[in-house]
Amino acid sequence: MLLLPEALSLRSPRVIAGALFLLLLASVPLVSEAIGESYYVTLVTRILIFGLAAASLNLVLGYGGLVSFGHALYLGIGAYTVGILSFHGISNGWIHLVVTILLSALVSLLTGLVCMRTSGIAFIMITLAFAQMFYFLGVSLKQYGGDDGLNIAQRSDFGPLFSIQTNTGLYYLAFGLVATTLYLSWRFVHARFGRLLRGTNSNVRRMRVLGFPVLRYQVAAYVISGCLCGVAGLLLGNFAKFASPAYMYWTVSGDLIVMVILGGIATVMGPLVGAAAYVILETVLSGYTQHWMVILGPIIVLIALMANRGLYGLFLAWEAPGSRNSVS
Amino acid sequence: MSAPILSTRGLTKRFGGLLVSDCLDFDVITGEVHAVIGPNGAGKTTLINQLIGELVPDGGRIEFEGRDITELPSYRRALLGLSRSYQITSVFPDLTALENVSLAAQAHDGHSFGFWQPVSREERLTRPALAALEEVGLSTKNHACAAELAHGEHRQLELAMALVSRPKILLLDEPMAGMGRMESESMIKLLGSLKRRYTIVLVEHDMDVVFALADRISVLVYGKTIACGPPSAIRASIEVKRAYLGERYASN
Amino acid sequence: MTWDLLVIQALNGLQYGVLLFLLAAGLTLVLGVMNFVNLAHGSLYMLGAYIAAAAFAGTNSFVLAGLAAVLGTLLIGLIVERTTLRTFYARGHLDQVLATFGLILFFNETVRIIWGSSPVYMRPPDAFSGTIDLLGSSYPSYRFLVIVVGLMVGGGLYLLIHHTRVGMLIRAGATNARMVSVLGVNIRFLNTLLFGLGAAMAGLSGVMAAPLFAVQPGMGDNVLIAVIVVIVIGGIGSVRGAFYGALIVGVVDTVGRIYLPLLLRQVAERTIADAAGPALASMLIYLFMAVVLAVRPQGLFPARR
Repeated sequence: MLLLPEALSLRSPRVIAGALFLLLLASVPLVSEAIGESYYVTLVTRILIFGLAAASLNLVLGYGGLVSFGHALYLGIGAYTVGILSFHGISNGWIHLVVTILLSALVSLLTGLVCMRTSGIAFIMITLAFAQMFYFLGVSLKQYGGDDGLNIAQRSDFGPLFSIQTNTGLYYLAFGLVATTLYLSWRFVHARFGRLLRGTNSNVRRMRVLGFPVLRYQVAAYVISGCLCGVAGLLLGNFAKFASPAYMYWTVSGDLIVMVILGGIATVMGPLVGAAAYVILETVLSGYTQHWMVILGPIIVLIALMANRGLYGLFLAWEAPGSRNSVS
Repeated sequence: MSAPILSTRGLTKRFGGLLVSDCLDFDVITGEVHAVIGPNGAGKTTLINQLIGELVPDGGRIEFEGRDITELPSYRRALLGLSRSYQITSVFPDLTALENVSLAAQAHDGHSFGFWQPVSREERLTRPALAALEEVGLSTKNHACAAELAHGEHRQLELAMALVSRPKILLLDEPMAGMGRMESESMIKLLGSLKRRYTIVLVEHDMDVVFALADRISVLVYGKTIACGPPSAIRASIEVKRAYLGERYASN
Repeated sequence: MTWDLLVIQALNGLQYGVLLFLLAAGLTLVLGVMNFVNLAHGSLYMLGAYIAAAAFAGTNSFVLAGLAAVLGTLLIGLIVERTTLRTFYARGHLDQVLATFGLILFFNETVRIIWGSSPVYMRPPDAFSGTIDLLGSSYPSYRFLVIVVGLMVGGGLYLLIHHTRVGMLIRAGATNARMVSVLGVNIRFLNTLLFGLGAAMAGLSGVMAAPLFAVQPGMGDNVLIAVIVVIVIGGIGSVRGAFYGALIVGVVDTVGRIYLPLLLRQVAERTIADAAGPALASMLIYLFMAVVLAVRPQGLFPARR
């Protein structure tokens, strides 16, 4: 079937689980309204937004093997694009989207070119430092709220096509973007670019000797990843109707990495599963005590220790035992 | 005599205080099998690494088809037609044998900015990959994960990856390293079939193979070529005997 | 832009740099020799500051507070290393990043539980609460003490690394860690030693910083990022690089924050300068790092290979 990048039986557990999951997500606003609890719409919107951000990170981290500890930067770019443009009276969502993507592309291109010349430990630390630089930049922008953040009076206006002024509207935009991204990621992973990236992660020396100009593909992957994360930021800004330097704080980048690993690194559905698990975990823990981070910290250490394949990865291993590292 | 397809002049490489390539002159003629032999530590692998561009020499120059490639990064050299196999297996363990070779083919088939079309359905990559695997005798393991292959099969896979791009010159670094008797015999036959079809630089320790296949042999000792010529000349050479067997045997 | 102001800011920069150096030296060795990404290094600094503040409040003796802090962080550092971090030495960087990230969250919150979210203040020791005359200007004697202590530790570290056998192992490890272990050196001992040394210096930095900065949860995080910039500029694994890098970053950051806005006002319109000035000043060290990376990715003083 031409729509599927790999040979998959429509009755395999993977397909069924995936379809059910997406169906479940699609029905959240309807169910939520039916039972009169609007809370679930906002909770799952958060999951979708961070799922999108985690999916973008998974491209470079999971498949490319590049530990970027600075992806929260792009969340900030998206949110502030909406914030600043709205502040100056531009509320057209399409303009917000285009500017977000252009800005994310520019920043990721420049930082990517600088960062990609290093590897290993240096890469991790440099991405961390650059992201924090933008945090400080955000804090110092006093006319846009600085440390206190910037209120966004009204959500992006996407014109006659659809409206995200209601939580349900925003939800479906987020859902649509996430579903599309996951599908495109699935195709990407099985296409030339995806395989090249996996090869680079596996044995970069061999890739060069085979004739691949590795650097340009790594930078390209990083740029794509940055743009996607920027779009997640645009959603985030709209969701909270608020842009804040806190979105770019380095612990947020850490959260994204946890989501990718928890869900299942280098799998297509992993990031969304990880985002769901992490957001729910946070919500539950913070319900118990205001000092929930003292529990979350060790949990993260445990995840680092044990989460070889992540939650979705475990599911894949159960579904097809003995098969090699599946990529979907 | 035709101009060499690949040559080095005064190639020098140091690792800290250790001189590994000492003003090395080396020539490869189109169509020949040029073996490189020498005691351990002579700098054979370092020579290959410099030829393919993984190591930057400290001095000297490397020319390929008349053009200076000393400063060229390894991916450019691969696209010019230089191909190598590794002494210590260097494949992609998570991919199948077919995917490994298909990936090698991908490097020579234009750009890799493909986002949509599944690479497993790309005939232009799969066809040459299947052919290369067939040639090295690994067809039965096409869909086996590379990590699960036996050592000898790894060596075959290395060779398939080097061959699939129809290179102009093959740099083979101890293709038979670590092989048992039966595996060696198949590999010798395979290398024999490549002779005359490819220009080959062959680094090997197995003298039977070297003398059977080589058109010319270069003997490397302490980073310098102490002898270069057809097998018969090398067999008779006093310097070579001295280098390998020590002073006592040189006078025999 | 008076001379007086410049001298004082330069000295402040030196003082900040010295604090960064104490942290950077330990971390760069852990990164370079042990190939271990320890993001929790900043937490040790924070713990040092808190222990010092608590001990000082209890005993009113700066010396005892300092001792308690250094020994306390050393102990905590070694315990954490033994129980948690050791399992991650063989893991990839990703797992190490994740684990130490979790530790940071844990320590920040623990400190918040014990001491609350509000900053804790500690005053400098009475003996050093005045000023001294330096280069014609009046400079707080405590800050001067920090500079002196920092330089002394730097000197001691230099002697250790270049004139002792242990130091030779450290240098060898920084250039080729695998070779050192292959040579039969007790790598576990070396690792523990390095980690302990780093922890102790982090604690010392925390003690010295406590009277200068507000002691609060998360204070280690921002400092960690500055330390990372120092290490990248100086070269991973290089203590020399950490020293010069720290001084450069300390001075550039401190002096830059004061003078860049002033400079901008001279050349640009007031409103632009007032907006861009502080923004650029806070980004200054990162831009500097980007330039160094573009020109010399291995750092300014890389550990020699």
